[in-house]
Amino acid sequence: MKVVLQNLTKTFPSRNKKVHADVVAVNNFDFEIADGELIGLLGPSGCGKSTALNLICGLLAPTSGKIFFGDDDVTALPPENRGVGLVFQNYALYPHLTVQQNILFPLQNVKGADRLSKADMLARAREVAGLVQIDELMERRPSELSGGQQQRVAIARALVKTPRILLLDEPLSNLDARLRLQTREELRRIQRETQITTVFVTHDQEEAMSISDTIVVMRSGVVEQVGKPQEVYDSPVNLFVAKFLGTPPINVFKGKVIGETLFIGDDAVLTVKGVTNREVYVGIRPEGFTLADSDAVSDNLLRCKLNRVEVMGRDVSVVSTHAASESETIRAIIDAESAPSFNAAEVGFTVKPAKVFLFDSRTEKRVFFEV
Amino acid sequence: MDKRNNKAWLYLLPAFLFLGFFMIYPLIDVFVYSFEEGYNSASQTFFGVGTYNYSYVLHDPYFLQAVKNTFILVIITVPVSTGVALLISAGLNSIKPLKQMFQTIYFLPYVTNTLAVGLVFMILFKKTAYSDGLVNLLINMFGGGSVDFIDGPYWAKMFVLCFYTIWVVMPFKVLILTSALASVNQQYYDAAKVDGTSKLRTFTKITLPMISPMLFYLIITAFIGAFKAYSDAVALFGTDLNAAEMNTIVGYIYDMLYGNSGGYPSYASAAAIILLVLVLTITCINSLISKKHIYY
Amino acid sequence: MTNQADYYKLQSAANARRTVGKVIIYALLAFWALMVLFPFYWMVLSSVKSYGAYNSEFIPKFFTLSPTLENYVSAFTAVPLGTYFMNTLIFTVATTVIMLFVTVFAAFAFARLNFRGKNIAFILLLALMMIPNELVIVTNFVTITSLDMRNTFLGLILPSVTSVFYIYLLKENLAQIPDELYYAAKVDGTSDLKYLFRVMLPICKPTIITIVILKVIECWNSFVWPRLITDDASYFLVSNGIQEIRENGFGRENIPAMMAAVVVISVPLIALFLLFRKKVMAGVARGGTKG
Repeated sequence: MKVVLQNLTKTFPSRNKKVHADVVAVNNFDFEIADGELIGLLGPSGCGKSTALNLICGLLAPTSGKIFFGDDDVTALPPENRGVGLVFQNYALYPHLTVQQNILFPLQNVKGADRLSKADMLARAREVAGLVQIDELMERRPSELSGGQQQRVAIARALVKTPRILLLDEPLSNLDARLRLQTREELRRIQRETQITTVFVTHDQEEAMSISDTIVVMRSGVVEQVGKPQEVYDSPVNLFVAKFLGTPPINVFKGKVIGETLFIGDDAVLTVKGVTNREVYVGIRPEGFTLADSDAVSDNLLRCKLNRVEVMGRDVSVVSTHAASESETIRAIIDAESAPSFNAAEVGFTVKPAKVFLFDSRTEKRVFFEV
Repeated sequence: MDKRNNKAWLYLLPAFLFLGFFMIYPLIDVFVYSFEEGYNSASQTFFGVGTYNYSYVLHDPYFLQAVKNTFILVIITVPVSTGVALLISAGLNSIKPLKQMFQTIYFLPYVTNTLAVGLVFMILFKKTAYSDGLVNLLINMFGGGSVDFIDGPYWAKMFVLCFYTIWVVMPFKVLILTSALASVNQQYYDAAKVDGTSKLRTFTKITLPMISPMLFYLIITAFIGAFKAYSDAVALFGTDLNAAEMNTIVGYIYDMLYGNSGGYPSYASAAAIILLVLVLTITCINSLISKKHIYY
Repeated sequence: MTNQADYYKLQSAANARRTVGKVIIYALLAFWALMVLFPFYWMVLSSVKSYGAYNSEFIPKFFTLSPTLENYVSAFTAVPLGTYFMNTLIFTVATTVIMLFVTVFAAFAFARLNFRGKNIAFILLLALMMIPNELVIVTNFVTITSLDMRNTFLGLILPSVTSVFYIYLLKENLAQIPDELYYAAKVDGTSDLKYLFRVMLPICKPTIITIVILKVIECWNSFVWPRLITDDASYFLVSNGIQEIRENGFGRENIPAMMAAVVVISVPLIALFLLFRKKVMAGVARGGTKG
């Protein structure tokens, strides 16, 4: 089922009595989710991603704009008629019901001709329980399950009435780190098997990048960028997106383009064609550095004070400082084999142009250049 | 041992003096009284020891009337007041405008003097020579005949008693249930909504089980409270409840102690112990049932 | 799948249901509000009708065009309502204050101090919580009578002081205060008493307020014990006073004057409630749920 959001806006009345302006939680959303896609709504907390999810499922009504499921306009439809499955952040399993009763619950709501027979309901419940691999737990109560198991039950409950869209609100945030990795794969598998269009909300960029077909990066109610995870990572449209994606985070410097040469501090690091004489922010991904030979004399070197070198196995992480850096330290990830001598006071880097992004110092929008 | 040892008992002394003198000693004494036959409160003498007091009380028509009244009161007011309170609380929780105003109004009976407001109920229901009273006026409007609710037929009087009792106990129940309902996590309702659960089913399958611990607590206290009914009856029918056929078990105990037929602490003690046994039994049954229905 | 027309139908049906539901809910709530408020309205209304006007209305009127305060005058002159009022005030204040001291010290000992027999004493206390008042009132009646304390304030107050539940409530609250605070105070040389009054009680102020509120309401409405222990009208509390007024009151069945007395008796607690609305309701809810 394709989902289309058209100029979707949601405002809330301000809670602060002194400020009468409404709070815009979702501002003019306009994008399309292809059938069978797994899409991640990503952004820092308070950016409106949960509001967006609630708009799609119908728990909230939009202030303006439209929502389509396929060709159907569902904007004003109550949630129960939309055919959506929703998994809550805390799972919202009914504590007084067993796992099986929890999964059966949505089916028992159906009235009239569509209502399944008791046997069919049970069969259906077993089927989804099998899909999420909780067959063994059917008679337990939620309080007797681990976090990961509870989450599977929640997914099973959302899937049992074969929804057109599956919505997940921070599905992994209540799990510990190890379980999170495991469940991530699990989610991906379930989604592939069911081919159901899935929207999930997260503040964890790694999580979003690793399983989404498409990610939507949001900030304060505005969609900043939509695209395949790798595309967004490789080509962020603004400084916010560049900073939000990637671990370790991108290194940001204050820079200047003089002529067509990019300066960070006093270091000329790159020739940028098509950009002339302007103040910029320079973002360099940690993997965008190459260590220059310590005694080599090169024009295009970023000279940094070496802090320490952290060994991470295959790679090493070089931590250094630079006067023009926006953050306290710069982190470069380089091959362990080309690691610098640990006792050097200064290191020089050359940068890979594809890993360097320029942003306007005022608008923070991307400034494109050619090498 | 500890140096503070003696000091601690000093802090406890007032409480223990009061408790010992007015609770523990009387507690033991009431059993003693209840088995002392022919106790005379003036001379503080008695003839013998036995179960005569119990047998007297259990054969006293006034006591049997009181037991009957109390049971009717319990059976009617506990379910009705709990049900109505549940309805009102659910209503309260589903609205926003005026909610606070309603809550404030509903709480008013809690802070009023039962005896004083009982008088108002009495004049609303009473039929006198010069006026049939407001309630009868309403009944007449709908084509019924006037009934004297205060000095008239048994069931009319019982109706007023139940009505007033419910009026008096409602604030506490509404208060507790409203906060219990509000404490149910909104996510459960959202989940139910997304699953297309009807309002009624959401209420019976989700809300009720979630607030069941509170509900059972309220029912148990309601039972105990109704078994101890007394002031409400006095407020409506005056102090001579036996004459009005509206006495309650507690009323019987007090009448035995003091008043027109008073001066028999032994009978009063026996009646009090019978009341205790009744209340304990009902409470036990209640908690057994509640254990079966509360899962967490 | 369903077409658009069906969706609109579904949607308007859902809207209609919501509206109807809201109307029903408000109607129900308004109905009960009326049930609660009406007796109050009737009591105030009747109290400002003159004796003649009231008794001439075979069909009671829902308003009066000639309100009078004469009933309030006779409520204070024809019957000793002022005395009842003062008695209740003295009784309420004295009982609450003594109860507070007894409760605070006992709760402090149980929550903070260590002494031999503490557990047994506390279990005994909990057991006492289940004893209904009706059981001990018989002996207390005999005791007070034989001590010749009928028709005295002492006889009224003493058996009404102890409330096991309040000791329990306060003890639980005091026990939640971290031990570190106590040790810190000890290091600074603070005495137990000073620590109790300077640190613990301020922290537990909400509970103290709860207890005071519950006790004041209880005292103001208490009827059974005063009825047993006083037969001299100069020691009557308002509950007994109103009963006395009802039975032998104004020399004749003077309902407007009776209602004036009822209004006077009801006003203090209602005023107190409206003033501290949130605290009272929170207090009753707390006291209720922990019992």
